[in-house]
Amino acid sequence: MLTFTIRRLLLSIPTLLFISLVIFLLLQLAPGDPMAQVPLTVPPEVKEKMREALGLGQPIHIQYWKWLVQVFWIEPQVFIDYLTNRSALFSWLPDTAFSEGKLRVISWQTRSPVMDIVIQRMPQTLWVVGLAYIVGIVIAIPIGIYSAYRHYSVFDQAGTFVTMVGFSIPPFFTGPLLIVIFSVYLGWLPSIYDTTHVVNDWESFKVQFMQMIMPVMVLALQTTAQISRYMRGAMLDNLNQDYVRTARAKGLKESVVVMVHVLRNSMIPVVTVIALGMPAIFGGAIITENVFKVNGIGQLLLTALRANDLPMVMTLTFIFAILIVLFNLIADILYGLLDPRIRYD
Amino acid sequence: MTEQPIPASPVEADLEFMKALQDKGPQKPPRSQWRDVWDQFRKHKGALFGGGFLIFITLAVIFGPYLWDIDAKKLDIRNKNWRPIYTLLWDGDAKAGWIHPFGTDQLGRDILAQMLFGGRVSMAVGWMAMALALIIGTAVGVLSGFFKRLDFWLMRFTDLILSLPILPLVLLAVTLFGQPLRAQFGPEGGMFILIVSVISLTSWMQTARIVRGDILALKEREFILAARSIGTTPGKIIRRHLLPNVISPIMVSATLGLATAIITESALSFLGVGFPSDFPTWGKQLADAVDRMQEFPERVMLPGIAISLTVLAVNYLGDGLRDALDPRIRGR
Repeated sequence: MLTFTIRRLLLSIPTLLFISLVIFLLLQLAPGDPMAQVPLTVPPEVKEKMREALGLGQPIHIQYWKWLVQVFWIEPQVFIDYLTNRSALFSWLPDTAFSEGKLRVISWQTRSPVMDIVIQRMPQTLWVVGLAYIVGIVIAIPIGIYSAYRHYSVFDQAGTFVTMVGFSIPPFFTGPLLIVIFSVYLGWLPSIYDTTHVVNDWESFKVQFMQMIMPVMVLALQTTAQISRYMRGAMLDNLNQDYVRTARAKGLKESVVVMVHVLRNSMIPVVTVIALGMPAIFGGAIITENVFKVNGIGQLLLTALRANDLPMVMTLTFIFAILIVLFNLIADILYGLLDPRIRYD
Repeated sequence: MTEQPIPASPVEADLEFMKALQDKGPQKPPRSQWRDVWDQFRKHKGALFGGGFLIFITLAVIFGPYLWDIDAKKLDIRNKNWRPIYTLLWDGDAKAGWIHPFGTDQLGRDILAQMLFGGRVSMAVGWMAMALALIIGTAVGVLSGFFKRLDFWLMRFTDLILSLPILPLVLLAVTLFGQPLRAQFGPEGGMFILIVSVISLTSWMQTARIVRGDILALKEREFILAARSIGTTPGKIIRRHLLPNVISPIMVSATLGLATAIITESALSFLGVGFPSDFPTWGKQLADAVDRMQEFPERVMLPGIAISLTVLAVNYLGDGLRDALDPRIRGR
């Protein structure tokens, strides 16, 4: 198992390099000119200097290499410096200054390091997406179990229908729909997610809770639909197995048979699906963030795209790619750990 | 068991048995595979509804603009903000009428005409992108399943594409490459080509994997060996013997592909990076209406319901097809 993990980790390095190259070439081939917004009165030689200042004068392979160095070498150094200088956990270590005077990936919009902005935006996305995923799983698994156990019952039929509907309605429709119902007609929930809101007492927690309900539910609907379908399928596969009959014949209680024997075996494929679905929900968050005006990384990507801010777009897309590769890896490892029949060697 | 009538003599009973066992001809007329598939498919009510609705909506968007021949882009500012006809049920004074059954938008464009036209675009993008993705996916799957030399590299390539962040990349490509293609093929044509190719280039991987798996299993079967032994060329084996056998997984992934393509196109339009602003699609209509959905909720609801119902129908169709095409489930 350990050798497999190490091998997969090593294999993910060329994968990530390839992905970064694809994104980089896509951006290079694109005809958009970052100087397009500069007024025509600016003389061409000044324009040329501005291009060079943005690092655009050099050949493609050098630009790519510099970006790689900045992301994989300088940014970790910045992180270590932060840990030893300012973080609460490691500030007892001697202060380091690895990154001093080195050039980081700079956003063309704000002229500040891309990573700093990403780190500012990350918590909003993680809160909404993470909570939505947990809520989705918590709802989906009991539905899946029960509708498989009562196969073809009314609950099963209704559950299958509801999950199918949830699967089919896109988040950019459920979002406005919920806003119309709960913010406009009923006036229960705010329609915009206020990220500057600080939680320090019960009242402010309530406000935070209220404003999280809708974005979380919109994202959770997709997750619930998908995972409960998988859960139901996996339970159905296992409920007719011989070991279930054996367990019943031994006189075990029905709850033990279903909740221990069958559930544990059915969770194996479902856990992998949960891990594999994680990147997709980050993608879905781009739309949800846009609907509810959450200023997370999805919204950051959209604004950067519109502003032709190539370093920001490149880094953000690459972060999405890292998430996908990471969760694929986690899914593979979990599958091997949970199911002793799977041997990767 | 115990109260079986005892036959008069063993010989007579045997004769009777033999008579019963002799068949003059086949008991039932022979049934083709597709008849079995249809019979199983008919049992799945949702799939039947889905297929029917998909045919209905496709016909509606193809022929609808000829029947309801108000130009979807025609501005009629005097008749703006009409409500749909059903508002008359509870509000007799509402600005509504049979001239504009679904109402008009803030520029006086007829919403029914826009829905029909927008549906035409959405469905065209969906069908085209699905067809292209199927062709690419099937080609990659067949090649890597059939030819051992290609297998490793093609599958590594598929894995790499699978780990690309799809939605961000699609957004990127559509934003960045929109301009030159518009210059080349006109504002609508260029965007159509771009969106169809971007969606299909990022959604063929699942089909390729499924087809490859099936081809790998089929390749070892006796009928392929027989075909090979009489000197059939690889190209003929693929076309005559392998492709007809993988048609069912391809059909199921076709329905999934259609649903994804429609949703992706609408999402792009919703985020404002798709077709030009005066070119109605379902996603764009929805996005444009969100700002004023307090006063005119129907403008969000109508395109939203159209997208959702179409995707729901396609998903149910896929579900039914999966059951109907699987010989292990069929007949149960």
